[in-house]
Amino acid sequence: MTKLRKYNRILTSIIVLTGIFLSVSCTTQKYYNTKIEGKQIGVTNVYPDVKSIEDYVAPYRNHINQELDHVLAYCPETLDKSKGTWQTTIGNLLADATIEMGNPIFQSREKKNIDICLLNHGGIRAPLPKGDVTTRTAFEIMPFENSLIIVALKGAQIREMAEYILKERKPHPLSGLKIVADKNTLSIKSLTVNGKPLQEDQVYYVATSDYLSNGGDSMNFFKKGIQSYDMDYKLRNLLIDYFKKVDTIPVITTERIILE
Amino acid sequence: MKRREFLKGTLASSALVTVGGLSLSSFTTAPDIKKITILHTNDVHSHIDPFPATDPKNPNMGGVARRASLIQEIRKENPNVLLLDAGDIFQGTPYFNYYGGELEFKLMSMLQYDLATMGNHDFDNGIDGFYAQLPHAKFDFVSANYDFKNTVLNDIVKPYKIFEKDGIKIGVFGLGVELQGLVDKKLYKETIYNDPVETATEMTRILKHEKKCDLVICLSHIGFKYNNEPERICDILLARRTKDIDLIIGGHTHTFLSKPVIEKNLEGKEVLINQVGCYGINLGRIDFYFDANKTKSHSGRSIVV
Repeated sequence: MTKLRKYNRILTSIIVLTGIFLSVSCTTQKYYNTKIEGKQIGVTNVYPDVKSIEDYVAPYRNHINQELDHVLAYCPETLDKSKGTWQTTIGNLLADATIEMGNPIFQSREKKNIDICLLNHGGIRAPLPKGDVTTRTAFEIMPFENSLIIVALKGAQIREMAEYILKERKPHPLSGLKIVADKNTLSIKSLTVNGKPLQEDQVYYVATSDYLSNGGDSMNFFKKGIQSYDMDYKLRNLLIDYFKKVDTIPVITTERIILE
Repeated sequence: MKRREFLKGTLASSALVTVGGLSLSSFTTAPDIKKITILHTNDVHSHIDPFPATDPKNPNMGGVARRASLIQEIRKENPNVLLLDAGDIFQGTPYFNYYGGELEFKLMSMLQYDLATMGNHDFDNGIDGFYAQLPHAKFDFVSANYDFKNTVLNDIVKPYKIFEKDGIKIGVFGLGVELQGLVDKKLYKETIYNDPVETATEMTRILKHEKKCDLVICLSHIGFKYNNEPERICDILLARRTKDIDLIIGGHTHTFLSKPVIEKNLEGKEVLINQVGCYGINLGRIDFYFDANKTKSHSGRSIVV
């Protein structure tokens, strides 16, 4: 006990001395920046893991891996966004699933039905491979935090949407709208929404992502929307819920854009 | 309220550690030369694990546990370290989707980060989502050009912070990128974006002239340079249009520089700009040497990159 007190006294005097030294050095000496050295160090495996950090991360990693590797459904063949000029099996699946999963929510909240779904080809970030479908698959296909938005568009804007798709020549995921176009000029021959001819003045409800509804990928027709409804439903969660709902992933080949 | 008390506690204890380190280095090394080491990351985007060996772009690179040992090694060599992050801590791996940034903040605290600024992706779970994770961060955030007065971050994210290491006063202020068009308004809410150059001019006046800082660092998430938009504000233009900034640590554009870039400021003085890519692949290191010898210092400073 006395030893400790002695030690404390010494410690205190060191601190006081340091303080005096500090104040002296501060008042008498001014320091000038004379040299700067800058570089970048690659974080490679020559630096060993700090065990306490690694141990801290491990349970989080294990939990995520368990969840991500959980099998939700089975896919009978690989659905790839690069296979198809005007539509792809993965695009058809995403657009159809968005309406299937989104419509019950839209109906219960707004008492309305989704007529069309348009997403973007660029937003599909990975194929849906043949075999077991897991939560990880959904994360790979849709890494972004995009959420479901329903935009109310007049028929005239649906026509602009069709023109955009034909001009872009990309197989954007599309559902509900059927475009028939001339195979040489790509001019529109007919537009039908769920089997009925498009009415220019009618209001159609179009499901899309918040990114596109704000004019992303130059989809400017979405900015002419009369109203938009935020479903507060992330598209990735929608896809996970869809995988949980179906046992086997359907391979959907129905044509949405027909050239003749 | 509790958080603020806790912060005060860590500040006091870190100040004590500094005093200890100071007296030690003053006696053991040449007493009239001081060295401050700035370590920095940017756009780590929730990359906690290293890239796998099979990764086509960055095989075996990155990883928090390795970054930790690299930083430990440097701290052993020089205890006068400031560890900074230039934003976009969040979003990029399922760690964020599952835990909302909790693990990112906890690990950065374990690595003893001193300060960070906010990137646009740090709003990805909304300003409230960011606020909810703050109890896990034992370091502060600064942003001088985001006005948070009508948000939950009012008085929590401050414009600047001043550190004292080995008797050298270091002022660090933060700058963020324009949020409109980049982040959904429902996420950033009433956050107001102010002009980076005007803000930096005010910050340098305060830090250099009022607070008499020896070093002024800008922790920026405005982007290094936009080749397609030459007039858009970026770190290069910020360096040219301001004065009294010694170092700009950048982020946002995921720019991999082979070495730090030197620009001339309004007064023709040199400003160092560094950004280290993304995903924790690299750690930036800038060493500032201070000399008490006046005759030597009059000949200016040398920059070795």
